Amino acid sequence: MANLTINGKKIEIDVEPDTPLLWAIRENIGLTGTKYGCGIAQCGACTVHVDGVAMRSCGMLVSEADGKAITTIEGLAADGKLHKVQQAWIDHDVPQCGYCQTGMIMAVAALLKDTPKPTDEEINEAITNICRCGTFAQVREAIHAVANA
Amino acid sequence: MNQHVKLNRRAFVIGTAAAGAGLALGFNLPFGPTVARAADGSPEINAWVVIRPDDTVVIRIARSEMGQGSLTGLAQLVAEELECDWSKVTTEYPTPGQSAARGRPWGDFSTGGSRGIRGSHDYVRKGGATARLMLIQAAANEWKVPASECSAANSIITHLPTGRTTTYGKMAEAAAKLSPPSDVKLKDAKDWKIAGKGLKRLDTADKTTGAMVYGIDFKLPGMLNAAIKDCPVFGGKLKSFDEAKIANMKGVKKVVRVGDSGVAVVADTWWHAKTALDALPIEWDEGPNAKTSSETISKWLAEGLEPSQTAFVGNKNGDAPAEISRAAKVVEAVYNYPYQNQATMEPMNATALHTGDKLDVWCGTQNGEAAFATAVQASGLSADKCDVHKLILGGGFGRRGQSDYVRQAVLIAKQMPGTPIKLLWSREEDMQHGFYHPVTQCRMVGAFDADNNLTALRMRISGQSILARLRPEAMINGMDPATFQGLAPSGEAVIGYSIPNLLIEHSMRNPHVPPGFWRGVNINPNTIYLESFMDELAHAVGQDPLAFRRKLMSGHPKHLAVLNAVAERIGWDKPPPQGVYRGLAQVMGYGSYVAGAAEISVTDGSKIKVHRIVAATDPGYVVNPAQVERQVAGSFVYGLSALFYGGCTVKDGRIEQTNFDTYNSMRISEMPKVETILMPSGGFWGGVGEPTIGVAAPAVLNAYFAATGKRIRSVPLRQQNIGFA
Repeated sequence: MANLTINGKKIEIDVEPDTPLLWAIRENIGLTGTKYGCGIAQCGACTVHVDGVAMRSCGMLVSEADGKAITTIEGLAADGKLHKVQQAWIDHDVPQCGYCQTGMIMAVAALLKDTPKPTDEEINEAITNICRCGTFAQVREAIHAVANA
Repeated sequence: MNQHVKLNRRAFVIGTAAAGAGLALGFNLPFGPTVARAADGSPEINAWVVIRPDDTVVIRIARSEMGQGSLTGLAQLVAEELECDWSKVTTEYPTPGQSAARGRPWGDFSTGGSRGIRGSHDYVRKGGATARLMLIQAAANEWKVPASECSAANSIITHLPTGRTTTYGKMAEAAAKLSPPSDVKLKDAKDWKIAGKGLKRLDTADKTTGAMVYGIDFKLPGMLNAAIKDCPVFGGKLKSFDEAKIANMKGVKKVVRVGDSGVAVVADTWWHAKTALDALPIEWDEGPNAKTSSETISKWLAEGLEPSQTAFVGNKNGDAPAEISRAAKVVEAVYNYPYQNQATMEPMNATALHTGDKLDVWCGTQNGEAAFATAVQASGLSADKCDVHKLILGGGFGRRGQSDYVRQAVLIAKQMPGTPIKLLWSREEDMQHGFYHPVTQCRMVGAFDADNNLTALRMRISGQSILARLRPEAMINGMDPATFQGLAPSGEAVIGYSIPNLLIEHSMRNPHVPPGFWRGVNINPNTIYLESFMDELAHAVGQDPLAFRRKLMSGHPKHLAVLNAVAERIGWDKPPPQGVYRGLAQVMGYGSYVAGAAEISVTDGSKIKVHRIVAATDPGYVVNPAQVERQVAGSFVYGLSALFYGGCTVKDGRIEQTNFDTYNSMRISEMPKVETILMPSGGFWGGVGEPTIGVAAPAVLNAYFAATGKRIRSVPLRQQNIGFA
């Protein structure tokens, strides 16, 4: 059993403590916006916020998430309004296949919370998610647009 | 005056027959009072267009959306001719089962070879235009006026003399009962209002909230999850497994054989299935390929470079060997290109429900009809008892044109009738069971006369054929024509140089590793070989690489136009900034002409910073410039990832790379600025998803030579300890 706080709700799930947080989120809680890409914390498709910090949920065990506040892509919008990063992604038509983009958005949202006006170098440092379609130019453009709004 | 649209049953029959060749007109229209209806009861005007009473226009899209934007582009083409309100457009996929049952009204579902738009623009536009004429006719009938006095725009039909109006939503029922017009005239591209514009994609919102359902996310009540291992050595078989060892592990429901080479664990969750599978003792019969390695493959391919070895001739004029033997100067070089994995971000997966007398499959696929045929075959049922429901793809790049994962899912589900089974591959399974970009080597020989004119070029490719394995019916007298992409004398991938004596050959050698279509396919290696060697030849005679090319390209004005465009934009005639070096490349592929120019700097001979890319494309027509630009820029991410980080190596018969730690991909920090020049010259339809990838690597490799004087003839760079700065 594990007690998780996901998107502001306390949820008790029947899961072994050594289950990766990614799979608990996807399978036991049923939120599938967090994606499986590699399972070894390389690609970032599974990025969520743990106590406000961008983390790769495939590399974190459920037991390590106990008592922490977890936000997934489904919890990023608040009061029925998209998060400004989500809105920028729509305005700048960022996604191609889109599979990596929920993780990308979570990574960017965390970056902008800590660094509201990132330089290109700070973006390069913080955003290390893989996108095979190659949306990087639009990702950068949308980040700057949010920062300068 | 055309007052009534004439019934044309014959056109319908011909259209249906033509569908067998993948060229359906798409006019599968109801006759008489029977109206085909969408699931919600809204009437189909024709196979492509459904209109709801609230004026929502549902446009059916047969091709698959995998990020390339065809879903939006095709909808733009239909909407353009339909004259509908773009803000009310939505899309849906017809199923391959419906298509089969209705005589293939949607034509070819296959989404590869950059054919999404260019392969279906004509019939989807006709589908839109036909629907418009029927809606107008319905209004004219109601108003008892000639249709010629009515026009349509923005989903509103107007009777011009009186100014009376009605909407598509109101006319849909009546229009759906009409017969299709026999002949429709399509708009000239210069009159486009919806097509040709950089409209936003239709599928973005759900991709930003997590609501988009990819195959991996699909759920059914009572569904179980499967994890699979196929024999790690291609061609090997499953010998045995000891399921008792994992029978008590949490969540495990069943362990099943999958064909003759795989085993799957079915459990309540995928994580339980995978954990149990990893603990399952498995014995493989690794078969005859267990000792094969990259070294043995390389040695075999190298033998094929020898002129004494037989080879297919893909392009020939004059007598290159004779000219080379008497040349004043001969330049020779050997290149090679490795296996590559498509590495879609979403690993392979499919969900199947086999009830014993009915089969349904839900999956992402680039080829709905092939997935359907595979599912039918694996199910043991007749085609009318099966269907495949397509979902949005988390990347395709050619990989999801194969249906191996569909077959596996059906074979598992068949052993658990009535229970929906979602099969998901681990990344490791995905990396090691691909259909890989084929491996080739190439010997290039160029000859000059005493005045440094290029008089001959011989290009001997040795290596693997995709078609021999995947589409043997497309071979021509044993030759794989796709091997000569970008090098052909005619067709959609023509060489851009006129050389008096030319010989391009392929010595086919097919190792056991399954080859497949990988974004750009054979233009990837071929453009590296040809465009790098053009640079070598230019330098061998002390000429500027652009000027050298231009002399050979006067007979190829469209190739030359894109090359000139990038040269001008990057400022080829002016010196680059201090420490920055330039390279060029051009190719024709998938019916389009593309060129790229790169500006790079190199630190310590091994750290490359790609500062700037200029890329020009002439695809004939551009349906959505914003999406074409994204395809062009994305081609550099895919192509440069393969150049720098890619390369799948073989050891003990299996692929060594298992995940993104050993098969890496470019990050945002490595992404150059890409300036795109779109220069559609009209009169032909070329693809855009793939051609540009051909120039990505050679433009950078030629710039690397300019920077260092060192010629790289082998991919990937990581094996030569060269990387991004």
